[in-house]
Amino acid sequence: MKNEGKKKIWADYQKEIADDHFFYVRSCIRQSFFPGSEQFFLHLMRDVLGKDVYENPSHTTCTGIGYHSDVVLSQTIMTVVARHFALMKEAGYKNIAISCVTSFGIYTEILETWKHFPEELEKTREYLYKATGREFDIPENMAHTSDIIYKFRDEIAARAKNLLVNKETGEPLNIVEHIGCHYAKMFPKSGIGGAEFPRVLSGMAETWGGKVVDYPERRHCCGFGFRQYIVQANRGYSVSNTAKKFASMQPFKPDVVITNCPGCNMFMDRWQYTIKEMEGTTYGEDGESIPVLTYEELAGLVMGYNPWDLGLQYHMVQSEPLLKKMGIMYDIEDKFKTSDGRQMPIPENLINV
Amino acid sequence: MNRDVIVVGGGVAGMEAAGQLAAAGLMVTLLEKDKNTGGHLANWYHLFPDRRNSSEVIHYLDKKIDHQNINLLRGVTIEEVEKHDDKFIIKTSGGKVIQSDAMVIATGFDLFRSEKKEEYGYGIYDNVITSADLEKKFREGDLRTHAGNIPGSIGMVHCVGSRDEKSGNLYCSKLCCVTAVKQAIELKEHLPGSKVFCFYMDIRMAGAMYEELYMEAQEKYGINFIRGKVSEAGETINNRLIVKVEDTLAGRPLKMELDMLVLMAGMEISEGSMTIGKMLGLKTGENRFFRVKDNHFGSNLSNVNGVFLAGSCTAPMNITDTISHARAAAAEVINYLTNER
Repeated sequence: MKNEGKKKIWADYQKEIADDHFFYVRSCIRQSFFPGSEQFFLHLMRDVLGKDVYENPSHTTCTGIGYHSDVVLSQTIMTVVARHFALMKEAGYKNIAISCVTSFGIYTEILETWKHFPEELEKTREYLYKATGREFDIPENMAHTSDIIYKFRDEIAARAKNLLVNKETGEPLNIVEHIGCHYAKMFPKSGIGGAEFPRVLSGMAETWGGKVVDYPERRHCCGFGFRQYIVQANRGYSVSNTAKKFASMQPFKPDVVITNCPGCNMFMDRWQYTIKEMEGTTYGEDGESIPVLTYEELAGLVMGYNPWDLGLQYHMVQSEPLLKKMGIMYDIEDKFKTSDGRQMPIPENLINV
Repeated sequence: MNRDVIVVGGGVAGMEAAGQLAAAGLMVTLLEKDKNTGGHLANWYHLFPDRRNSSEVIHYLDKKIDHQNINLLRGVTIEEVEKHDDKFIIKTSGGKVIQSDAMVIATGFDLFRSEKKEEYGYGIYDNVITSADLEKKFREGDLRTHAGNIPGSIGMVHCVGSRDEKSGNLYCSKLCCVTAVKQAIELKEHLPGSKVFCFYMDIRMAGAMYEELYMEAQEKYGINFIRGKVSEAGETINNRLIVKVEDTLAGRPLKMELDMLVLMAGMEISEGSMTIGKMLGLKTGENRFFRVKDNHFGSNLSNVNGVFLAGSCTAPMNITDTISHARAAAAEVINYLTNER
């Protein structure tokens, strides 16, 4: 495999990412499933890198999951997104930072729609004004938050306390990067590195010392696929897609999977538990499962943050095997305690413990 | 006839046109940007449909331009062109100024840059090669994989950069199907133990003896033709290629491990054509090839009086048609200089 060929492709898919002053829009589900990720992003940006990141409590869901499930009309979702742009305008921001890949895809699709069908933009202005009295501007810069972490990957590396290296062997860890389909597959120019060989996560992983694994089903869906899961009768299809991906990556002995999409992270994490329960199959070494982390969680580990402050314990697949390989010290007693020391309920059936 | 003609491009069309014009008594300057004449043909191994060695055609063309009326300038590009009345004045990259009464543009095609079809991983995966690379391998007599092994299974992807909206090329390159069939047969002849799979959308065998070649490929050589586009290529842990295809006849997706994948690169108007086209103000069609004045009666005529078109700068064309088209261009030039001007 020739990395030079990939570099040529990456050079074709670079995009401008704002340096500061972001209007931050959260994901609907990330705060529940990976509660440390968005929190760490805000901490990193504001407290470590000194950036101005603003979020407005009136921000809502983008309704993307409903849109992709055919229960929300395109005119409705365009008006909802327009309202977010209005909140941004009212707060005086021009750069939007989007936490969710589904939302990022929605925003990208809507901006493309407005570019090619300006009459839709005018209709949306009218709908929003009639419904809320608000007006909006199109963002000057739009980035997914993984783009922003990619932009600041060297700053993170400069503060690294734990590289993505096996402390015992000195070998780089094998990293599987999984990119949400809606990040760049619809509009390759919207993603760093394009759609076929995305650079956004592989760039982070390599900068932080890891070795990225290119396995045959790298591009395959995580298994979520909206209707594959949301329509209950299709859930077997959802699990089988996840199983196909993990079976394909297994021979490459991944130490960790990183994702930039909430749905991907959840399904690649949770379905490993399901597959183990259904047929006893695990995909990591020695009967273990493969931890699936968000890029913020990985950045936090690299920078030496306490894994429990990053929320790693809220994944189904626990990260202890990875922490051991990276030589990260942790106190198992603190795993399910609040910051003021109160014991929280301990989930059952976690794997890798 | 005491007239000067500049022929731009020393490939098949340019050489044939120059030879015809010289034989008719015209003084010809033949310009070739590379060190050698012959264009793409010089890199090819055998030609379809009769598997003639390409060197035989090169030899024929070399003899054709070995004429006292032809001044061959190699390694030369055109820097400037001006037209004053009926005269063309060109300045070459070497600073030479040449005048002519007519110009024949025979600047040909470029092969589609297969790395633009990112999903196939050309330039990334070691054993993904193009049809041109395979011809080179045939010429060198070395069909081994990158790791030096004899390939046991080989896939051939038709329509790479042709009939493909994503690539911006909606047209059919016409020659890739028959090239794939020819190359598949040659692979089987060189590597009888190998399995060869052709992944196609439609098989377009629009030439004399092409269909027969296709039948022979199936019946005599056992080449597998699978109707469906390859959606992506990847690499296994053993460095074998893995392709995903939709087999549209069987109505199911297919995943297959291969040792080598050959991309049948389509044809695009050459960069050299676009450069000279801009200088002369030549019109192009939607497919970006030069637009001919009339599809039926004027396929050698451009929109600029005195500038004639020959060969695959007007459309994808095989060697036979290119030679015929170049001869027709020469006839048009002679007619123009004798009667019409």
